[in-house]
Amino acid sequence: MEKLSALAIGAVLAVALAGCAGTADTPAESTPAAADALRGSITVFAAASLTATFTELASQFEAAHPDTTVELNFAGSSDLVTQITEGAPADVFASADTKNMGKVTDADLAEGDPVDFATNVLEIAVPPGNPAGIDNFADLAGPDVKLVVCAPAVPCGAATVAVETASGVDLAPVSEESAVTDVLGKVTSGEADAGLVYVTDVIGAGDAVEGIEFDESAEAVNTYPIVALGDSEAPDVAQAFVDFVAGDEGRSVLEAAGFGAP
Amino acid sequence: MPTRTSVPRWVVAVAAIGALFVLLPLAAMVLRVNWAEFVPLVTSEASVDALWLSLRTSLAATALCIVLGVPLALVLARATFPGQRLVRSLVLLPLVLPPVVGGIALLYTFGRRGLIGEHLDALGITIAFSTTAVVLAQTFVALPFLVLSLEGALRTVGTRYEEVGATLGAAPSTVLRRITLPLVLPALVSGAVLSFARALGEFGATLTFAGSLQGTTRTLPLEIYLQRETSPDTAVALSLVLVVVAVVVVGIAYQAGSTDFLRSSFGSRSASRRADDA
Repeated sequence: MEKLSALAIGAVLAVALAGCAGTADTPAESTPAAADALRGSITVFAAASLTATFTELASQFEAAHPDTTVELNFAGSSDLVTQITEGAPADVFASADTKNMGKVTDADLAEGDPVDFATNVLEIAVPPGNPAGIDNFADLAGPDVKLVVCAPAVPCGAATVAVETASGVDLAPVSEESAVTDVLGKVTSGEADAGLVYVTDVIGAGDAVEGIEFDESAEAVNTYPIVALGDSEAPDVAQAFVDFVAGDEGRSVLEAAGFGAP
Repeated sequence: MPTRTSVPRWVVAVAAIGALFVLLPLAAMVLRVNWAEFVPLVTSEASVDALWLSLRTSLAATALCIVLGVPLALVLARATFPGQRLVRSLVLLPLVLPPVVGGIALLYTFGRRGLIGEHLDALGITIAFSTTAVVLAQTFVALPFLVLSLEGALRTVGTRYEEVGATLGAAPSTVLRRITLPLVLPALVSGAVLSFARALGEFGATLTFAGSLQGTTRTLPLEIYLQRETSPDTAVALSLVLVVVAVVVVGIAYQAGSTDFLRSSFGSRSASRRADDA
């Protein structure tokens, strides 16, 4: 009896697994395309901070090449790296920092060299009206200022540490968040008097926060690289999308969102 | 084979898949643990701080759950008032709310510009970014577990012994202390242990409401979330620690639950004896 049960379990499991596996493959479009007609579907893994810009760029790209589809997957860069190295079907990877891109190139998953396509710098975000009266980076160290920053383990936190070291200002944050969006949330809700986020976050937040630029931010310029991945079933489309993002169209969309030139 | 169960064989097969669905991911995680580095990883200063903070805050949250949840369960189970069903559903709401929603709700209650927080702030009391905020977030999500198990037990044991006690002249508080609470003690214990386990795993509300600072608000789940960024090995090792603590805690709750029936019938006998004494 027990043997029978085991067999039954095995059979059901096998069916279930086969069902899962079946959905993973999409038929490759191997029709040799005409010289200039791009055709195919790609999946772009992009850093969460690129959500707005890449959504726009993807639809522009699809409009320019009607036979292509661009699927987007946004998450923290290190999450994306984990997904890619664990075998997620991705054709293009856009990272928010060179360190995470390095993990992908080191694992020999990239096709060609990554291209830097944008930069981002830190900016101070304060709630509307700037209740704590912050004017510059040194003000953040004031004893009554409730400051929220990113933890050193995440890219925006690493940038914060770099600025801190370069400027000699000793920050005493009340919280070190795991993501820049969490820092922004603490500022927009008014819980924090100030937060250190990227200039693009301040622009993206609209009227919910006020941004204060500071000279020391030049000490930590964050570079965004993009690359086509080796396992792509539509390598032409993947490379075309990389060129598109790094080209003029990409530049203007990224610039409008506050990203600097690479 | 003498063992014959009334459960059809195909049900057993599907049940096995269900069990595998829960156990396989845990096994997969254990397989990824870097055992050579395990001890240094989980005993780093940040890890120990996070574990210690989690245990302290979860204990405080459990105490708060008992203080608030026992009266709540008593009122829901024993009293009748208009809108009781509605109140009952609302009290259980944190069970189904996404944790981030809980955090946002807490923020607008106890935050600096919140409903209550605004007045507390004027008095010089700030809750956000403090260990208190962690305890509040944990209590918010854990309270329904205590209320749910205690209320069920209160309804099951009925009011017979309480009525006898009351007719023999015991004041309501005496009845509560000498009869009702001893009757439902096992349920109270298992409810408290479940609350502790839920508080230990709390993540979203803490991150949204309390922030994340080593030693003050960065509990074990938050530390795991952060470590995943730079040191997946540490994240996996700490996850294992959390799983082991949770398994032990849930095991204790089951132990309390399984002796529930036995204890309550035993308890009822002693309770009736006490009622006789009164």
